[in-house]
Amino acid sequence: MASPETDIVIRVRDLVVGFGSQVVLDHLSLDVQRGEILGLVGASGGGKSVLLRTIIGLIPKRAGNIEVMGLDRDTADPEETRAVERRWGILFQQGALFSSLTVRQNIQFPMREGHHLSQGLMDELANAKLEMVGLTLSDGNKFPSELSGGMVKRAALARALALDPEIMFLDEPTSGLDPILAGDFDTLIRTLQKTLGFTVFMVTHDLHSLHAVCDRIAALADGKIVAIGPIAELLASDHPWVKSYFQGKRARVITRATN
Amino acid sequence: MIMAVSPSLICNAAGERLELEPTGAWTTAHSEALEALVTGVAERVAAARKLAINMAGVRELDTLGAWLLEKLIRSCDDRGIEAQFQALPDRYRGLLDEVRRVNRGVAEKPRSQTKLIVWLEMVGRAAIDLKADFITFLEMLAALSFAIARVVMRPQTFRLTSAVHHLYRVGWQAIPIMFLITFLIGSIIAQQGIFHFRKFGADAYVVDMVGILVLREIGVLIVSIMVAGRSGSAYTAELGSMKMREEIDALRTMGFDPVEVLILPRVLALVIALPILAFLGSMAALYGGGLVAWLYGGMSPEIFMARLQESVSITHFQVGIIKSPFMALVIGIVACSEGLRVKGSAESLGLQTTNSVVKAIFLVIVLDGAFAIFFASIGM
Repeated sequence: MASPETDIVIRVRDLVVGFGSQVVLDHLSLDVQRGEILGLVGASGGGKSVLLRTIIGLIPKRAGNIEVMGLDRDTADPEETRAVERRWGILFQQGALFSSLTVRQNIQFPMREGHHLSQGLMDELANAKLEMVGLTLSDGNKFPSELSGGMVKRAALARALALDPEIMFLDEPTSGLDPILAGDFDTLIRTLQKTLGFTVFMVTHDLHSLHAVCDRIAALADGKIVAIGPIAELLASDHPWVKSYFQGKRARVITRATN
Repeated sequence: MIMAVSPSLICNAAGERLELEPTGAWTTAHSEALEALVTGVAERVAAARKLAINMAGVRELDTLGAWLLEKLIRSCDDRGIEAQFQALPDRYRGLLDEVRRVNRGVAEKPRSQTKLIVWLEMVGRAAIDLKADFITFLEMLAALSFAIARVVMRPQTFRLTSAVHHLYRVGWQAIPIMFLITFLIGSIIAQQGIFHFRKFGADAYVVDMVGILVLREIGVLIVSIMVAGRSGSAYTAELGSMKMREEIDALRTMGFDPVEVLILPRVLALVIALPILAFLGSMAALYGGGLVAWLYGGMSPEIFMARLQESVSITHFQVGIIKSPFMALVIGIVACSEGLRVKGSAESLGLQTTNSVVKAIFLVIVLDGAFAIFFASIGM
């Protein structure tokens, strides 16, 4: 029913973003397909988070086009923009949970906006999301300051999932977690992505995540996407930065282990 | 994007067997309609002996829709009645399985309490907090005394640069605002005094009132309250953010005593600055009083000065100035111990800063009352 053309949920064309005299993203183009998990890698300070934040509209762009689910912010009216914003979920690097609300209230926060759900049903749904991300029901009564790092990530994921988004933006989902927790989190994202069928756009540095969960990987260097494709293609890439990233000492250990 | 089709729920009863046929989009976008639909069939589901949900017509399904259907199935399971999905497309299977897994446990409900119990609990907690506050205050005072003793024994460990820096901030930089506020307060007292005393021809006694009130009470009190709001809050916020970013833990692990490095210079700066500010503030208030007496009350500056000399003795001035270092000590200790109480979140930083100012002002006023009793009993 859907043509290949509409199966692209995020379309970025010739995007230019800069701060002052510094150009961070220089005529960058990128497509994200429906239902895939795309990992974005790049040097620290190389503009990965800038790209993510520009796509979700937090940073203004200088030139280029961004279409998310067929919507171009430049031409859309605020009502349409809000409608699209309700169909994506964002996991911020530090979780960005509202500190004055409990975890359960955090999850219910997006549900209250624009929907008329009974409190009972909202509680049941929030509990369902809590369990989906592997938290217990009593964790729902806690405040963000009472959670450990891993639990914050899970709670933030539950909030991002609150409205069953079609696209999930994850900003370094496994940073700050120990390898076991990070591995669990990778599996969790993969499982949820399969059951709920959303598209994932993930900024990450975690080579394990890249191997374990990503369908495709995009490498960002010099403000452009220099390589994109499944991990095997990136391993074979001869771009110098991609080469040093995937064939450096740390990467080789992981590649060996996963093969 | 698939056009959202409004959802519906068709009921087909065949004998004791009930077949439900949900159609359309069972998503959060239609939450209101969906809840109504499901509540609408609840009665018939409760009466049925066998339930089947035919999923063939469902165009879209999300967690909300899946959960509502799962609740119907679950209500039958609870009564031991056969219930199942039929014609289930594969793409929904994972989600329905996931939803089947959740919400099995019982969420612990917060205990419901009567208003009286809640109120009593609040009072109890406040009392315990009060005791904790008192102990924290004493602990900080003791820690500070030990730090002073250590510094006296080894003067080279004293943080002179830090103390001077804080003295500059809480003393020198505070002078303009203190001048302004005390000048205004002095003027207002004089104006009110003249206005009311004039009715019975006692306007000359305004000078006595302004002089004694300002030197004994108002000068030091206003300045202390201003310092608590201006510098005490700054201390709490600084130490609190250092606590949040683990800087204080870092200091401790490097073998430094945070009280000696951070708190002693701050409190010392306050103890030095506050008497100076109180003195300057009192002078500004007297100046304001004199100005108003001249311009509004028609009392020449010479007469004002002469009457002031008559009515005010050195004792009044001493009473005011003796109090000020103690006020500074209280403000400093409250501000620093509240700062160290900050926990991980930015919210707690704000809360402790508010607490610090409120407690410091409260204690300053209580202390002023205690001093009033003390000085009265020794005849000053």
